Amino acid sequence: MASHTANSTESDTRTVVFRIWRGDVNGGQFVVYPVEVTQGMVVLDCVHKIQAEQAQDLACRWNCKAGKCGSCSAEINGKPSLMCMTRMDMMPVGEEIMVEPMQAFPIIRDLVTDVSWNFEVKKKIKPFKPRKPDNADGSWTVYQADVERAQEFRKCIECFLCQDVCHVLRDHHKHDEFIGPRSMVFTAALEMNPLDTEDRLADLKNRDGIGYCNITKCCTKVCPEHIAITDNAIIPLKERVVDEFYDPITRLFRMFRPKS
Amino acid sequence: MSRPNISLPQVRGFLETKRRDRWWIQPLVVLAGFLTFVIYSTWAAFQGANYFTGGPSQLGVQQLLSPFYSPVIWDAAGVESGHAWMGPQPLWWPAWMIFSPALLILPFPGLFRFTCYYYRGAYYKAFWGDPVSCSVGEPKFRGDNYRGEQKFPLVLQNVHRYALYIAILFIFLLGWDAFCSYWNLGADGKHHFGVSVGTLVLTMNVVLLGGYTFGCHCWRHLVGGKHDCMSCSKVRQTAYSRVSWLNERHMLFAWMSLFWVGFSDVYVRLCASGVWTDWRILG
Repeated sequence: MASHTANSTESDTRTVVFRIWRGDVNGGQFVVYPVEVTQGMVVLDCVHKIQAEQAQDLACRWNCKAGKCGSCSAEINGKPSLMCMTRMDMMPVGEEIMVEPMQAFPIIRDLVTDVSWNFEVKKKIKPFKPRKPDNADGSWTVYQADVERAQEFRKCIECFLCQDVCHVLRDHHKHDEFIGPRSMVFTAALEMNPLDTEDRLADLKNRDGIGYCNITKCCTKVCPEHIAITDNAIIPLKERVVDEFYDPITRLFRMFRPKS
Repeated sequence: MSRPNISLPQVRGFLETKRRDRWWIQPLVVLAGFLTFVIYSTWAAFQGANYFTGGPSQLGVQQLLSPFYSPVIWDAAGVESGHAWMGPQPLWWPAWMIFSPALLILPFPGLFRFTCYYYRGAYYKAFWGDPVSCSVGEPKFRGDNYRGEQKFPLVLQNVHRYALYIAILFIFLLGWDAFCSYWNLGADGKHHFGVSVGTLVLTMNVVLLGGYTFGCHCWRHLVGGKHDCMSCSKVRQTAYSRVSWLNERHMLFAWMSLFWVGFSDVYVRLCASGVWTDWRILG
């Protein structure tokens, strides 16, 4: 999504108009707040400034302000983003900035949504089930080449921006049939772990609804950790599901393969 | 997995969004690009003529064969390309059924592209608005009946790996055509080496199609991605790493190869119809 860069110096300050969604489950509206912005500020700074100076009751979830806790997810000018990682000098100059809560989840109040559904989904994914230890001391021998793929997925900070932007959840509200990109990433980290012996493919196909993903790559575009969610997690899982359920030749080979 | 009993916020109308960037450019470019290719390739496939240069009918000319027509199973009626595997159009071909050598070929690479993971994402957006773009409202006529690729008919996209097997075969066939294009049939009945712009065009076509085909997500899965243990085989590890490099550029190769395969046909067609002369560089 394009943006313009404002040239500014140390002493530069400017007034930026924020439109922030205020409300709760019963409804709400955008409220206008003018904010004095100085160099180096991010959107979360501005929200804090509004809290301090104009609206002490403005609800906003945040924690680290360093893009690592995944708490301050919101939609800024229509784009699911972390408020703490959205720099003001990257925002369009002279335009209002619209901040609203994530739309794939139920609203609690103002910018805070109820993301507990994601944790409920996570609990239902079969947990890590390691093979027998390789060594007498109960440890395993694992090579870097084998864990590299899963390590990418471990970068996830659970900001749920990918869940928010996914149209299957956001527009079609398939929360009961589709676990969403974040949970796919979590499943991929387990499925591709060389120590893991659990089989989650039937769940992926039936309960988790991997087929609902139609590869828009929106999840990849909004990921603040730059995880290639679609290419490295969802599509490889789709291919494993094809191996298991849709490819007759692979199934035929499997019938004659010696059991390990 | 039921969600808490609190209603979700806004449900947007078609094309409704708070985005302020030019989000519509990408789906529009994809729509225009795909439509242009589909219209041109359909027209070219139905021509049944001007799909080659050289051969017995044009001595001393580099043997260029349009990739839309390769391999030539049967030549079109009254045409002798020198590339046909089984001679001219068979007599038993029903008169009411239009015949063109390309019509027997194009469905296969077409199926590969149609079921390709990159193209799926792109045309779902550009043609079906599902969604038009990220965080942009979808058409509401579909109602709550979103099925994605979970159910029929789009579950059939899982046939992609079989389309890949055929596409790989095509890479070798087109590679052979590119190799043959460097040889022209002289009046002495012997083949002579030569390099022309056309030979380079066909060679580049194979390179770009190869980059696209071997960067396929299915191929990446088959060469190693399906295994959890990469270190168990050096060959697997290397193959997976190389294919992953191509896979990261899959969209780039998808577009470049699409453009170039169309351009290759245009080039051969112009040369074959006499509008353009294939410029000889060497030989």
